[in-house]
Amino acid sequence: MTQDSATQGLSDLDTGPGPLQHQLDTVELAARTPDVEQPYSELGLKSDEYARITTILGRRPTTAELAMYSVMWSEHCSYKSSKVHLRRFGDLPRSEALLVGIGENAGVVDVGDGYAVTFKVESHNHPSYVEPYQGAATGVGGIVRDILTMGARPVAVMDSLRFGRADAPDTARVLPGVVAGVGGYGNCLGLPNIGGELLFDDCYAGNPLVNALCVGVMKHEDVRLAKAEGVGNKVVLFGARTGGDGIGGVSVLASETFDEEGPAKRPSVQVGDPFTEKLLIEACLEIFRDDLVTGIQDLGGAGLSCATSELASAGTGGMHVDLDAVPLRDSTLTPAEILMSESQERMCAIVEPDKVDAFLAVCRKWDVLATVIGEVSDGDRLTVDWHGERIVDVPPRTVAHEGPVYERPMRRPADLDDLQADDPAALPRPTTPEELAAHWLAVVASPDGADKSWVTEQYDRYVRGNTVLAQPDDAGVVRIDEDTHRGIALALDGNGRYARLDPYTGAQLNLAEAYRNVAVSGARPLAVTNCLNFGSPEEPEVMWQFAEAVRGLADACRDLGLPVTGGNVSLYNQTGDVPINPTPVIGVLGVHEDVRTRVPTGWRTAGETVLLLGVTRPEFGGSAWASVVHGHLGGRPPAVDLEAERSLGELLAALGRGGLVTSAHDLADGGLAQALAESALRYGTGARLTLDGDVFTALFSESTARVVVTTTDPEAVRATAEWAGVLVTELGTTGGDALAVEGVAELPLAELRAAWGATLPALFGTPEATVGSVPVGTVPTS
Amino acid sequence: MRIGVITFPGSLDDVDAARAVRLAGAEPVALWHADHDLKDVDAVILPGGFSYGDYLRAGAIAARAPLMQDVVDRARSGMPVLGICNGFQVLCEAGLLPGALTRNGHLHFRNRDQALRIERADTAWTHDYEAGQRIVVPVKNGEGRYVAAPADLDRIEGEGRVAVRYVEGNPNGSMRDIAGVTSADGRVVGLMPHPEHAVEDLTGPSTDGLGFFTSVLKAMVSA
Repeated sequence: MTQDSATQGLSDLDTGPGPLQHQLDTVELAARTPDVEQPYSELGLKSDEYARITTILGRRPTTAELAMYSVMWSEHCSYKSSKVHLRRFGDLPRSEALLVGIGENAGVVDVGDGYAVTFKVESHNHPSYVEPYQGAATGVGGIVRDILTMGARPVAVMDSLRFGRADAPDTARVLPGVVAGVGGYGNCLGLPNIGGELLFDDCYAGNPLVNALCVGVMKHEDVRLAKAEGVGNKVVLFGARTGGDGIGGVSVLASETFDEEGPAKRPSVQVGDPFTEKLLIEACLEIFRDDLVTGIQDLGGAGLSCATSELASAGTGGMHVDLDAVPLRDSTLTPAEILMSESQERMCAIVEPDKVDAFLAVCRKWDVLATVIGEVSDGDRLTVDWHGERIVDVPPRTVAHEGPVYERPMRRPADLDDLQADDPAALPRPTTPEELAAHWLAVVASPDGADKSWVTEQYDRYVRGNTVLAQPDDAGVVRIDEDTHRGIALALDGNGRYARLDPYTGAQLNLAEAYRNVAVSGARPLAVTNCLNFGSPEEPEVMWQFAEAVRGLADACRDLGLPVTGGNVSLYNQTGDVPINPTPVIGVLGVHEDVRTRVPTGWRTAGETVLLLGVTRPEFGGSAWASVVHGHLGGRPPAVDLEAERSLGELLAALGRGGLVTSAHDLADGGLAQALAESALRYGTGARLTLDGDVFTALFSESTARVVVTTTDPEAVRATAEWAGVLVTELGTTGGDALAVEGVAELPLAELRAAWGATLPALFGTPEATVGSVPVGTVPTS
Repeated sequence: MRIGVITFPGSLDDVDAARAVRLAGAEPVALWHADHDLKDVDAVILPGGFSYGDYLRAGAIAARAPLMQDVVDRARSGMPVLGICNGFQVLCEAGLLPGALTRNGHLHFRNRDQALRIERADTAWTHDYEAGQRIVVPVKNGEGRYVAAPADLDRIEGEGRVAVRYVEGNPNGSMRDIAGVTSADGRVVGLMPHPEHAVEDLTGPSTDGLGFFTSVLKAMVSA
């Protein structure tokens, strides 16, 4: 299935050979010609779905209607396979913090002092594989518009990235483009990138994961909703012109599995223009300030089809659009293509007639093109005209909200018992100090553990001047009020290895880690979002993984008392019959009453006491050690202990408020070994440490609910930890220029830094080499 | 004391520049690129960002904005002007400063905390530093490589117009490690690094950048 064949099928009907040659496919014509063959299957619709459209309309759909239904009923837009499972999130107890829940463009959370925060993660996996730079760039652009649509000023972005093996040739094609795309778009929009993930695994080789998060801030009274109300109100399309890019992006690209020999899907990828989006942001915020809209929706996946049908469906139901009014980049587009186009940087607003002039004036000020394309009408039909003829006449709810829903068959993966029985306890362990040190260096220097500066230096972390913490700190922290110092913290985590071994536990572990990362900064965790990346829902084993992950996440959110504010599902992440590891990426939002009490991750000062908070058990299933040293994935993931996470979170908040710790670092992938190395390398301060019990377990176990902190007042930390019921173990003292662990090694920081820092530049290029090779005076004189 | 901050379409660090002005004790005044109105400001800052998307040469279109004619006229009669990053690019394109900024040598956008040496502590924007002083402020750009013909570089150096230089590593391949230059009269300064991102302990790598904004207050008093 290709883009070419999709549009070919459409243009055949409107202009090409066949029974309707050179005839516009109008509603009237459709009623007269019930037996015309329509290319529904090329557009991604199943035959029973096509039959249902015919039943809804009482006739065959027109070409334009077929285009709309095909994109809106795609997996990507309709959530038809995931909906029955996602209800678990809606069934969670109502949280007082939740101002707007699932169903809108993004959930909205009360963060105090009259401020509301909206945040969401979205995938742009398939486009980023086909065209890495534009795929990733428009992924950022799309999620930023979702946040803007809620009435908020976007204030920061994050990115969670996964690629195939770091040394695979195709990773060298995809990764640099994705990173440049995330940076190119976000930097040009003026949004600081405050964190994320970068991980590698062979399972993502043909299906890289590019998940982008945006967070926005507004006052409670500024929340906007996507609905069209008030008969006679105008429908205004504003932003970029509509072109031929991204046609069928949600249906033929994001809702199908890649095939080895399939033709290129490049035309289904959109092209981004961050400059136009920046103008759109400023224009929208001025429009919101002056109260010029009654409803607003961004144009993302499924373009105008989505925006018009969703606005009408959520409102009173009636809308008329004159498609001739839509400003085009390419005058040869057919009406169906205009309705399906996913051209970026466009928004659709519902404006009262007497405010239209003011609305257009704001757009003119910002050089944003704005055009009235229709109005809210009586009744409950969405109608679209082209050259004076009616080409769409549908009940909008059937397009936007009443698409097909599937209870897909599910089956526990046949290999799961064997996988879980393959316990890493059987793997050879390092015994000598030399072996321990070698394994430590191997984990830290592995592509997953290595310094991520090669990536993060391509992102602007400073713009807007409110970034308090950013990568490599565990959470990104942003100040939202300069007078009260109120702020927010965000973390994104999604370990696919754990979820492969046990999707229910894996999803909970990812939530626990994001929760802990937010807590480590001193923030109070408040709400959850997610981006659920899985293989094909048509595979029962994938569907089982999905259902288990959702169930695990919902149960854990209930236990932690956190609402799920929304999310995104990305299915069909598989090439041929091999799906990716189930990868539920979980985002947690936290609140800082006063960001000045934030806790950084690194060690700055010699002579401070290093303490481990939490209990270490021998848990190596899915661990970085097993993966890096033995290429092994098997056994059970670490046990989840949400009660311990909550106690630890409360302790960290108390320690942060009291100024009792000088640093705190979460233990996750790579366990204590990774956390110690990162803490020491952050500011170049070493430590002298003694690890009790089995040193191997102490270093490489990935038991959860653990954090390493430094303090000048260990007694106060102990007393507070006792109050919270958290175990404290003293590890040693900061200082020196080595990580010295008794009985293991004295790792000079220079050696550690060389190993940790060299990995990504060695794989993806060393910018410094080219800088130095540009000698002074090489520009020729004339 | 009123210091204008110009917003072009695509300006990004205008809020940051305004905050730095406020923290330095002056009043920031928002200026709009399309107006011929400097609103009686005493000095002007051209902030960082991607004016007009930098789809042409960085700063080339903004240099021709209506308000820039007023800025150029006033600058020629001594009004202090500071261009940061994209603002520096605009000043070079407007002919107020020599040289040009091109794509970084390594072709990547680069954001890091950068050590600089103040070469001239007698411009309107650097009075509060000592000559030779080392400061650390963020650098973040994709087109920050300072270039000029060798003869021009010799002249710029000879006239002492290098205001700030990169030390401990050159982030973008700038010729002779030049991070910022000044006009002959020391009133107009442009630099690629971002002093406005180093004005608070909470959000910056240092508060070393504040000196640019406090300097100009004294320059205006003594002018």
